[in-house]
Amino acid sequence: MAFSSISILALIAFFIFAQGVPLIWRVGPASFLLGERWFPSHGSFGILPMIVGSFWVTLGALIVGVPLGVACAVFLCELTPPSVSLVFRPTIQLLAAIPSVIYGFWGLIVLVPLIRNNLGGPGLSVLAGSLVLGIMILPTIISISEDALHALPRTFKEGALSLGATHWQTIWRVLLPAARSGIVASVILGMGRAVGETMAMIMILGNAAQMPRSILDSARTLTTNIGIEMGYATGDHRQALFATGVVLFFIIMGLNTLAIVISRRRRA
Amino acid sequence: MISRYTSQRVGKGVVWVAAFSTLAVMIWILLQVLVEGLPLLNLDFFMDSPRQMGRTGGIFSTIIGTLALTAVAIVIATPLGVGTAVYLREYTRESRVSRIIRFGTDCLAGVPSIIFGLFGFVFFVILLRMGWSILSGGLTLAAMILPTIICTAEEAIKAIPYSYREVSFALGGTRWQTVAKVILPNAMPGIFTGVLLGVGRSVGETAAIILTAGSSLLIPTSLFSPTRTMSVHFYILAREGISMEMAYATGAALILMILGINTLANWLLWRYFRKVGG
Repeated sequence: MAFSSISILALIAFFIFAQGVPLIWRVGPASFLLGERWFPSHGSFGILPMIVGSFWVTLGALIVGVPLGVACAVFLCELTPPSVSLVFRPTIQLLAAIPSVIYGFWGLIVLVPLIRNNLGGPGLSVLAGSLVLGIMILPTIISISEDALHALPRTFKEGALSLGATHWQTIWRVLLPAARSGIVASVILGMGRAVGETMAMIMILGNAAQMPRSILDSARTLTTNIGIEMGYATGDHRQALFATGVVLFFIIMGLNTLAIVISRRRRA
Repeated sequence: MISRYTSQRVGKGVVWVAAFSTLAVMIWILLQVLVEGLPLLNLDFFMDSPRQMGRTGGIFSTIIGTLALTAVAIVIATPLGVGTAVYLREYTRESRVSRIIRFGTDCLAGVPSIIFGLFGFVFFVILLRMGWSILSGGLTLAAMILPTIICTAEEAIKAIPYSYREVSFALGGTRWQTVAKVILPNAMPGIFTGVLLGVGRSVGETAAIILTAGSSLLIPTSLFSPTRTMSVHFYILAREGISMEMAYATGAALILMILGINTLANWLLWRYFRKVGG
């Protein structure tokens, strides 16, 4: 029973690999990963546009989410009066519990028209996706960064203050650098969440299977590629979607392992 | 060179602005859906099944679908999760084995839901011939919420003072008696919180369910019927532009449900940790 989680992980890896790897092999790893053309009905399976799409959207999400998230963590740990954090903390928890389709819906109703009318383009874009994802990864970044800041010995803060540093200098020069590894771990986990998000992205990215040329272009990520086409794909096409899953699985496992190693080192 | 007091004012100001804009966006997201959706909610909406693909009618069949899937997931994942937590806390020290289990749990928690969906589709739907059904969907969800249940149960067990165990052992209790009669009853509220968080995640999940439970609008009659949950229904209504009005109403119902579950979970957790003083 205790091995349930690790066995499920192994089962997942096994079945996705068994479905996806043969196709990667047949197409050739290089032309699968670096091919720019995704026309499953004509037998061309290149997922580079999706890899690039995932990359841009995730980068955008980090640009939005990391500064806001770390600021919120500092706010909760250092600046807030207890009465404010009493309202603030449950709100952040709720942010984590809201279904991703609700975020997608908000992006579709609010952000997409806003971008279409003010900046041009279809509105369904990398920019809209990045903004929504940036908000979605906030709870992960805030809670883990906050834990890292709370875990610091009080003496760090007391030492800096008694040397005559201002509160802000203490936060900026002592506390944040000391909590660095925890904050980095939070960013990596947030990245994992951003790479893995599906439904909200299907709703706001526009899903064109081509290279996005600007942040106002429509894009498709690895996850949305699976989410959109899985409903009707058969044969090679279905296997190609599983192969997309294999690539996604590797990326996520890499990020997870990195985050776990970094936070282990902090504890040791 | 600006004075350090000026930089303090600027720095703190920026943090305050960032924190409150986060709060504002969050409230904006909730209000956007609730303001349009709440006025549309009434008893008929909850008790009537969707008609014309969801253009009119209510959401009754999707409520049944959500409850059924969540129930299957909880029934499967709770014993597995609590068992793992008990093993990690009561039956083993920090060792290579426990590190592997923790690593597996942490990784499983990070696997994206679409990957769970792909797995559930080949394993439960195709290989085990369960088809698109409540059972396939529920089992997939169970795998997804397992890490949450393990982590919360472990925290709850960890918070029980060591003296409880010593008293039980001193009275001649075996390890199993200690677990069954002392640890689990005392950790129950904490475990229940983890289960509630799992319920919340199940209710909000979409990607994995579409691939494993299908999206039938019929009221399910057995574990092998396909079904559609509220989240999936909301997604389909919004994405295919079937009816924005119905989408708002379903979204509002979904948010209310999540709010309720979360509030209950928080309240229980708060009471629990106050009681054991952990």
